[in-house]
Amino acid sequence: MSSARSKRFQILPGFGLSLGYTLAYLSLIVLIPLGALFLRTSELSWAQFLKIATSDRAMASYRVTFGCAFVAAVINAVMGTLLAWVIVRYRFPGRRILDGLIDFPFALPTAVAGLTLANLFAPTGWLGRWLDLVGIQVAYTQSGIIVALIFIGIPFVVRSLQPVLEDIELEVEEAAASLGASRFTTFTRVILPALMPAILTGFSLAFARAIGEYGSVIFIAPKRAEITPMLIWYRLEEFDYPGAMAIAVVMLVISFFLLITVNLLERWASRFQR
Amino acid sequence: MSIELRNISKRFGDVAAVQNVSFKVAEGELVALLGPSGGGKTTVLRMIAGLEQPTEGDILIRGQRVNDVSVQKRNIGFVFQGYALFKTMSVADNIAFGLKIKKWPKAEIDDRVAELLKLFGLDGLGKRFPHQLSGGQRQRVAIARSLAPKPSVLLLDEPFGAVDAKIRQELRDWLVHLHDELSVTTVFVTHDQEEAMEVSNRIVIFSRGNLEQIGAPRQVYEQPSNEFVARFIGVLNVLELRVENGVARLNELTFPSHGVAEGSSLRIGFRPYAVQISPQLSEYRYRATLRHVYFLGVQLRLELETPSGLTLRTRITKDEFVRLGLTEDQEISFQIREYRVLSRDGFTLNPEVSAVHQAPSIGEGI
Repeated sequence: MSSARSKRFQILPGFGLSLGYTLAYLSLIVLIPLGALFLRTSELSWAQFLKIATSDRAMASYRVTFGCAFVAAVINAVMGTLLAWVIVRYRFPGRRILDGLIDFPFALPTAVAGLTLANLFAPTGWLGRWLDLVGIQVAYTQSGIIVALIFIGIPFVVRSLQPVLEDIELEVEEAAASLGASRFTTFTRVILPALMPAILTGFSLAFARAIGEYGSVIFIAPKRAEITPMLIWYRLEEFDYPGAMAIAVVMLVISFFLLITVNLLERWASRFQR
Repeated sequence: MSIELRNISKRFGDVAAVQNVSFKVAEGELVALLGPSGGGKTTVLRMIAGLEQPTEGDILIRGQRVNDVSVQKRNIGFVFQGYALFKTMSVADNIAFGLKIKKWPKAEIDDRVAELLKLFGLDGLGKRFPHQLSGGQRQRVAIARSLAPKPSVLLLDEPFGAVDAKIRQELRDWLVHLHDELSVTTVFVTHDQEEAMEVSNRIVIFSRGNLEQIGAPRQVYEQPSNEFVARFIGVLNVLELRVENGVARLNELTFPSHGVAEGSSLRIGFRPYAVQISPQLSEYRYRATLRHVYFLGVQLRLELETPSGLTLRTRITKDEFVRLGLTEDQEISFQIREYRVLSRDGFTLNPEVSAVHQAPSIGEGI
């Protein structure tokens, strides 16, 4: 607001118009559908809402959804950092192809990804066959859900980190070394803190994406552990709209607070930039 | 001897960056590595630091061969051209970094950081982050950080390249004072000959990976060991002469033949201050028009054009300019008081470059 009130000259005018447009657009795309969701839920009494929202089946689904999404996002944050590091730091044949492959999960229909993964990891599949020998089952278990969520979330971490990694000068590492820091210390004390805001951004994007994921999970999820979006779908099939909405609202509120927490963490990690 | 390089060579693939370089830096000296970019000076500095390994030769610090000692263990302070501060750490944490690595007790770290902040004029900025500082302040933090663990050698790569002209002058003076105070052996890289002359005790001049000359600023200016040094340090007018009828000549300018055969070439060079000018047309032997006057403050740079179209550059103090009552486009007379022979018949005779020849006296040859 201050930029609009102060009389500072700006090359591109139109703060009022562009803010108005932004609010109208955001309302149309995000706020109105969200409002409708809450409105629909308000058809239920508080007691009815609580009963549906805290039913055993619903509670179990929240645990699976948020638990798997969190584990997948953590694994993505670690492995994505490594991937981004390799792509940015080293020059090797096929680097461009590898770089291009990172975006693949963005483009692939998630149902196709789910089907493929389920086939691969099924006890008779190419990978599942070998895992089966050592007694590990992935398809139709919670591990399967996590594998699917890792697949769809990895590009977010890599793409958030790449520009930041490219910005880190080699001189900074040399400076740390000239002051006596070992490679490990240089990484943990100098490089990692600089990457942390971008890692957290990637983490929160991958986490948010994983919470909402449906298409790929339904093919690989076990019968007994359903994710919340699946539960919502079942309710809709039973024409229980308020029931579906109630669970959706809970999911929305939890997601909202989780994302705010991650954002605050991110602000704290990037305090050196302000 | 604090630093010694013995027959150091460095090749990057097929490219020879440094070729057979040897020199010594005494304890407490302030030495400049000077040369055009790509001359190998930064590579030499990085090899002293251990950031680069020499292909051949030995590097000694305080008499110990350090070729196999890693950069972490060499106990050097290195200041990078782009500062390379840790942007996620405050100024105080940047300075304390090396001390924490060396596991100094906390109280001693705090004392040392406070001492350095004061010494470097950074009082009250300890809690700031690097991006909140000016260029000059960042540079000082970078130097403070490198000096904090009390290194035996301080190495600086183009330390004042990234700050503006006025701050650069301040930082130069300040580096000289700092060096007087701490007397830590210091080697810095620069491509600015004025900076090298002003700041250092001795200058090591590089070109294309070779060490061209090493000496005190006055020595390399007055007794350059070859044409490259003569042209690189200060301004040098160069004339390509041809010997005809026993005199070396370029248009109307004539010089003794210096024993060069008839029809062969002779190259000479002279400093701008060696040109004497007068508004009295009869005073000196040559005529010229004062084509341009460039005002540089205390000094003026003049461009003379002779009747045959030769252009010569000279410098004159402002007071002298006013005393002589000169104006642009005026006819003047001039002579070249002294000059050096750079090469004869295409062969460079390095030892001769350092010899200064007096020009023939007034009237001769007219």
